[in-house]
Amino acid sequence: MLALVDQLPPLLVIVPLFGAILAALARKGPIAWGIAQIVAVAVLLIAAALLVQVYYVDTISYRIGGWAPEIGIEYRVDRINAPILLLVAAIAAAIVPFAFRSVAAELPEERQAWFYAMFLLCLTGLLGIAITGDAFNAFVFLEISSLSTYTLIALGRNRRALVAAYQYLIVGTIGATFYVIGVGLLYIMTGTLNLGLIAERIAEIESARPVLAALAFIIVGISLKLALFPLHLWLPNAYAYAPSFATIFLAATATKVAVYLLARYIFGVFGIGFISSALPVNQVLLLLSTVAIVVAALVAVYEDNVKRMLAYSSVGQIGYIILGLAMATASGVTGGYLHILAHGITKGALFAAVGAAVFRNGGSARLGDFAGIGRRMPLTMTAFVIAGLSLVGIPGTVGFLSKWYLVLGAIELGWWWLAAIIVLSSLLAILYLGRVVEVAFFREPVAATARAAEAPPSMLLTLGLLTAATVVFGLRTDLLAGSARAAAAALLGTAP
Amino acid sequence: MRFDAILRVATKIFLPLVLLFGLYVQFHGDYGPGGGFQAGVIVAAGFILYGLIYGLSALTRIVPPWLVETMVPLGVAIYAGTGVAGWLTGGNFLDYSRLREDVHLAQETGVFLVELGVLITVSSTMLAIFYAFAGRDRS
Amino acid sequence: MNLVGTLNEFVGHYNQWIVIFLMVAGLYVVVARGNMIKKLIGLSLFQTSVYLLYISPGKLLGGTAPIIAEGFTVYSDPLPHVLILTAIVVGVATLALGLALVVRINEAYGTIEEDEIFSRNDQD
Repeated sequence: MLALVDQLPPLLVIVPLFGAILAALARKGPIAWGIAQIVAVAVLLIAAALLVQVYYVDTISYRIGGWAPEIGIEYRVDRINAPILLLVAAIAAAIVPFAFRSVAAELPEERQAWFYAMFLLCLTGLLGIAITGDAFNAFVFLEISSLSTYTLIALGRNRRALVAAYQYLIVGTIGATFYVIGVGLLYIMTGTLNLGLIAERIAEIESARPVLAALAFIIVGISLKLALFPLHLWLPNAYAYAPSFATIFLAATATKVAVYLLARYIFGVFGIGFISSALPVNQVLLLLSTVAIVVAALVAVYEDNVKRMLAYSSVGQIGYIILGLAMATASGVTGGYLHILAHGITKGALFAAVGAAVFRNGGSARLGDFAGIGRRMPLTMTAFVIAGLSLVGIPGTVGFLSKWYLVLGAIELGWWWLAAIIVLSSLLAILYLGRVVEVAFFREPVAATARAAEAPPSMLLTLGLLTAATVVFGLRTDLLAGSARAAAAALLGTAP
Repeated sequence: MRFDAILRVATKIFLPLVLLFGLYVQFHGDYGPGGGFQAGVIVAAGFILYGLIYGLSALTRIVPPWLVETMVPLGVAIYAGTGVAGWLTGGNFLDYSRLREDVHLAQETGVFLVELGVLITVSSTMLAIFYAFAGRDRS
Repeated sequence: MNLVGTLNEFVGHYNQWIVIFLMVAGLYVVVARGNMIKKLIGLSLFQTSVYLLYISPGKLLGGTAPIIAEGFTVYSDPLPHVLILTAIVVGVATLALGLALVVRINEAYGTIEEDEIFSRNDQD
């Protein structure tokens, strides 16, 4: 028997997969919840061990079934995806306690075990996308996570959840199919599906046209999954009507993993040099992300459903990430990568706070039904405020860190207007979050909130962990920024 | 349809042939077109045909829904378990080459087990989909 | 390039023309139809075109099935078949899930026309 430490990469995917099987066989909601919690913690430990291995030993390459990367599937953990794996695993481990009361309240009993099975399958898929070094394997994991996501969304209480899930299914499938068309063209041209080998062979191809078509298909396909403006229309309803727990998980992880995949293709496979000489991808991404930042924030200001407000805010925040990547400089990519991590934690905390409030006010996410809730649930709404400050980018929070690098990147390029947009759009975040805070703390309680009590301890645990993370990583700036700089250097090919 | 003698008799004649063909496709997958996916669909089609002609309640007596819902994860478990067996014999995940003494025989055994898992999951998934759609009220 | 050469080029890639036609037709149905079932049919057509995109270049003229045997030296590429088998399963799962959602939507709204559903959502 080989040493366990060598078998960690497949374990990261197998453990949640087995967990999903067990949860489906368990049939009982609380048992399935217990399995989910154990699995999430186990996955967190594995991801942490992988990170340590990557940082202190070397990049990990694992051959599934012992086949060479040429024909088999390779799992690859390096400085680019190790932090992403840890983010997904940590978020999952931190939010499962929240699910215990929330899922029991929002779903009928016979569906709860299946809900957890779907959550674990989704986790399997997301971790799989991040860890695999194989283009087609990434597609399979993409679809595993997507199909389970559609189910998670459709289990929401409102009938609109069904329509939201259906629309996401159509858009998501088109996106995934675009992606697989691109992968097919790459396979025809290079004869391999291994991302590293594709990257080596692309340079030798004489006829660039199929490669350009592949590039276009892959970028558009993944952009649909990560909800890049104007391909974001599926996202607000999906986040607004899914069960609270599903929203927290998806908002904190799903789009982030898609962004990682995009970054991997742009920098790791096609190469930024090839892309900028062939197609104006950078300029298009720059334009779209800038529009996303401004427009999404403006829509959020006028939105009356708090979950939808945060969902539009997510569209804008994804804009920041893409903006950083499109700058293609060390500071820009560091900022974009940092924002993947920062926004994952921050938005997870915000949605957890809203989920806890919705749990206590009778299931309404309308702004009016939040009136006075800050007095009834002081801890929950304080966490909301702290996470909100991180979303705005106040110094001392993790959100400041990523925006600092983004502004730095813009200034280094001499784009003062862009730096101004980043700062001004952050002020828009104050506007829409301020509306929630104003209603929650300074209005008299209405019928829905009059008898609301503080959130149960299990929810406060999740909320506390995520909120503490926004502050801790904001104060200990070296933790995240160091790994983001290493990832950016690896992406840009300037790593030592 | 339930009282149509021709359909009922024809189904009874067809059913063993369909299942036999399913098994043929399953086990002949090594040397020709076939394998667990195709066989799973064919086997499920046989059961669904029976359900269509004799009614859903007759089919659920043979294959109760709880059995179907258990078989779906069971097949996945067999597949993943084969992968784990690769570990236990000292290889990588899903590495079959040490399952038996001869490498080629070992590969065959590994693929056989994987395809068995696939057969179970695919056929039961098809049945589960059929149950989910056919079991709903028209109201 | 003369006319015959152009024609040869065109006909010689007939498999890819079929792929492109199916792809665009499927996508058109998804975009143009308001009926949720018809949208799913279009989506399936779109996905199916990708199966052909993978499978058709994998075939070598004169090549045999990729099972090593005496007397054969040219084999077709087996990898696209394996990949597409997976993609087909994904397609089936997507279609089944989509149809299940449409059944539930029909129960909740009493219609599967998108514009009617949106107008009912606006009335709420």
